[in-house]
Amino acid sequence: MNGSGFNWLGFWNLVFSALVQRIGVLGRELRQRRGRLVVAGIPMLWLGLFFLLPFLIVARISLTTIDPNAQPPYSSIVTFTQGWQLELHFNLDNYRRLWQDGLYLSAYLNSLKTAAISTLLCLMIGFPMALGIARASTRWRLPLLTMVIVPFWTSFLIRIYAWIGLLKDQGPLNNLLLWLGVIDEPLHILYTNTAVYIGIVYSYLPFMVLPLTATLLKHDRSLLEAAFDLGCKPMRAFWRVTFPLALPGVIAGSLLVFIPAVGEFVIPDLLGGPDSLMIGRVLWTEFFQSRDWPLASAVAMAILLLIVIPTLLFEHLQARRGAQEARR
Amino acid sequence: MAQPGRRQAPIEPWQQPGAQPFLRICNVTKTFGQTYAVDDVSAEVYQGEFFSLLGGSGCGKSTLLRILAGLETPDRGRIVLGGEDITDLPPYERPVNMMFQSYALFPHLNVAQNVAFGLHQERMARGEIADRVAAMLDLVQLKDYGRRKPDQLSGGQRQRVALARALAKQPKLLLLDEPLGALDRKLREQTQFELVGIQERIGITFITVTHDQEEAMTMSSRVAVMDAGRIVQVATPAQLYEFPANRFVAGFIGAVNLFDGRVSQQQGEDLVFHCEALGGDFLMYHGDPLPIGTPVTVAVRPEKVSVHDTRPTDRRNAVHGKVVEIAYLGDVSIYHVATDHGQVVRIQITHEARYSRPHYSWDDELWLSWDPDDGVVLTA
Amino acid sequence: MRQRSTFVFTMMAFGYAFLYLPIFSVVLYSFNASRLVTVWGGFSTRWYGALFHNETILQATGRSLLVAAMAATLAVAIGTLAAVAFTRFQRLRARPLLSLMTSAPLVMPEVMLGLSALLLFVGLQQWIGWPAGRGLMTITIAHTTFCCAYVTVIVQSRLAQMDESLEEAALDLGARPWKVFFLVTLPVIFPALAAGWLLAFTLSLDDLVVASFVSGPSSTTLPMLIYSKVKFGVTPEINALATLIVLVVTSLIVAATLVMGRRNANPLR
Repeated sequence: MNGSGFNWLGFWNLVFSALVQRIGVLGRELRQRRGRLVVAGIPMLWLGLFFLLPFLIVARISLTTIDPNAQPPYSSIVTFTQGWQLELHFNLDNYRRLWQDGLYLSAYLNSLKTAAISTLLCLMIGFPMALGIARASTRWRLPLLTMVIVPFWTSFLIRIYAWIGLLKDQGPLNNLLLWLGVIDEPLHILYTNTAVYIGIVYSYLPFMVLPLTATLLKHDRSLLEAAFDLGCKPMRAFWRVTFPLALPGVIAGSLLVFIPAVGEFVIPDLLGGPDSLMIGRVLWTEFFQSRDWPLASAVAMAILLLIVIPTLLFEHLQARRGAQEARR
Repeated sequence: MAQPGRRQAPIEPWQQPGAQPFLRICNVTKTFGQTYAVDDVSAEVYQGEFFSLLGGSGCGKSTLLRILAGLETPDRGRIVLGGEDITDLPPYERPVNMMFQSYALFPHLNVAQNVAFGLHQERMARGEIADRVAAMLDLVQLKDYGRRKPDQLSGGQRQRVALARALAKQPKLLLLDEPLGALDRKLREQTQFELVGIQERIGITFITVTHDQEEAMTMSSRVAVMDAGRIVQVATPAQLYEFPANRFVAGFIGAVNLFDGRVSQQQGEDLVFHCEALGGDFLMYHGDPLPIGTPVTVAVRPEKVSVHDTRPTDRRNAVHGKVVEIAYLGDVSIYHVATDHGQVVRIQITHEARYSRPHYSWDDELWLSWDPDDGVVLTA
Repeated sequence: MRQRSTFVFTMMAFGYAFLYLPIFSVVLYSFNASRLVTVWGGFSTRWYGALFHNETILQATGRSLLVAAMAATLAVAIGTLAAVAFTRFQRLRARPLLSLMTSAPLVMPEVMLGLSALLLFVGLQQWIGWPAGRGLMTITIAHTTFCCAYVTVIVQSRLAQMDESLEEAALDLGARPWKVFFLVTLPVIFPALAAGWLLAFTLSLDDLVVASFVSGPSSTTLPMLIYSKVKFGVTPEINALATLIVLVVTSLIVAATLVMGRRNANPLR
């Protein structure tokens, strides 16, 4: 072998120097990217640990059975029999119950309905407000906008609590209406679905007004003037020019209202009656009152699949379409 | 057009055989995805030059400038500055500074702090920084503006702060990205000369990027015309105008008439070319003999074309036509003349006297002529 | 034209009345001597006195402010890093994942955020013994996590608007990347950080649902306390507390508007 003239020393030299060079390149790349690694790594780590991982755990627990004697109160999926044999106990009963027990399905549908109606109401009140703010003189615009935001900065819970007082059978609203002679006996509003609508519209109105105002402010006033000049009547001009151009704001605002409204817990809990079932409230009840952690987890998974993921997909598509339009 | 006659004794190091270039750009290529932003560009710039990269948008001039600054890394090629290869140096280690198109003045710092920013990075002593900042603000005539914030300055003042900031570190090379692009027309003309004055005083090599040919012609010692990621010609402004290397340069710099034809005869240093659209044979001067039948383009500037009422007998190249378009521009009038065979020729007549009325009106018939050395024969 | 202006004006008046009616009623009743909402028992400040002697409310307020401040600060730090990674690292491979993790909390019902965070803490305690029990720390972590998303959105949009040549100019003038961030990027986007911090602070201060899931025995926050009081009968101290909150918020906003207004109105100081 040695006599074949192959230069082993040279060969190893070559391999070695190639290795050293490769390590050097890697080291340089690592050093160059170290800053990036830290900057991107910290949020990834935090959100991965405290946001993504929890949902895996929720998924896992949704497959267990309730075990009131255990601490925490659910059975474990993995057991080791005879010390080494691994056994998995998947339990799909929770999901079966969600489907078969009408309560959950109706709560889900009711959440969607409530959120949709509230969004529509928000749009009906919010659009004229946004239009008014956008058309106001610059002197008034900022104060008007600020006045929309101020309630948002004050405690949400306390504002909902205020509505309890206002909507009571003997509350100021009923007293006023009675005094005016509009009604003969107090209206039962509190602890009904109407109260839930009022609460949601009230809480999320700013989320509708702000994006709408932003979109409306972007338009050139001359667009409308051009429409008038071309013989378009004001009402028609609104539906043919102003509204179509405000559509991005309408979509953004509607999403901002609809999404939190679907999962809302506090408003139906404080203002709604026993029949104001919403999915968030059901989850809360299963967890805190029935202490059925597995079922609550299954409800959470259902919300994730039926509400959160569709919304994320929709937003993703919207964003992509926006980006495409911007590129054009 | 403003004339580039500012130098008493033009320094032309690129003419001297032994001169060493200060900056060498060697075969630099940069791609973004599939498109070549800079395509195998080489150029040499000498110490003290005012060098311009001129081209339309997307021609790669800004990318080339950013490569020089270190803000983009070239895919291939080297950048050598003063004998040192700086291709792999990050921007913060290069002895090169840049004046950005948007000026990029730090909005949270005042004028003096902006100018001092680079000096602080060098860990220069405080007193020295103060002196340098004062000198720089003096240079750009903003002595009393040190405590203003950028948003309290006019466009022209901002431009000068940006210049002072880029010059404060006394870079070996100053890069200017559309330095006058954000100024209005009047201010731009005035600033062009100021910029040249400052450059001559401090002697730093300037490389500027511009899409404005007038700006490039006014300020530069040499201009590199770029198209589609390549440098198509590097020359002094006068050479660029009178001796364009190809159709692109001829058309890009100033107005020009381009006549397409073929070589039909070779007569010593002159050649005869045949042009269908002009309907005849024309004699042109061209140093290198070209084979018969070579397709060529003849470029003739509008102001080099003479106008006659009758057929001129003493001119070699004459063609008959009719006025189809007139534009009065004050100092000159532009006429478009359609020749009998269809070619439209643009001509320019200077108004030398206040009361001189335009001689010709629409549909007037006239004769055009030019001398063999009034135009350039282009083969590319 | 006239007709619709009247319509718009009426709707605006109605909208603002709708927004402020409950707030005014709370302020009004905080000065009501009577314990009953339905009866006006004359002007009194007794509930303010009662509020300042109610240890439970004061302690809960302190806890909530502490959690909100910590969560907001952490969220700004992490959210800003995420926003920088998004806008400045174009070729980041983990981009879709990071995008998912910063946008999902925005569309996630609070009950789910609360439930998932609790199950994580329970699980972690089982596996590695940390965190031992639940309390202010677990609330802070959970709040930080969902506030991050809001901060990221705000800072990201500011970073995207920022003229990137500012950072390039700083690099060009000899500042290393991390110095560029602290000397140029951070000061320029500071308003966005402040806005993000305030938003995160408010969200945390206001949160009932997530805190209810991840709190421990002695870590009742203010919203949790208010909720239990509201659930089990009216307590006029809450009106007094609410009035104080409205007062503080309004004066802060008015002050901020005045300061900004003056700065904008007088550019040649």
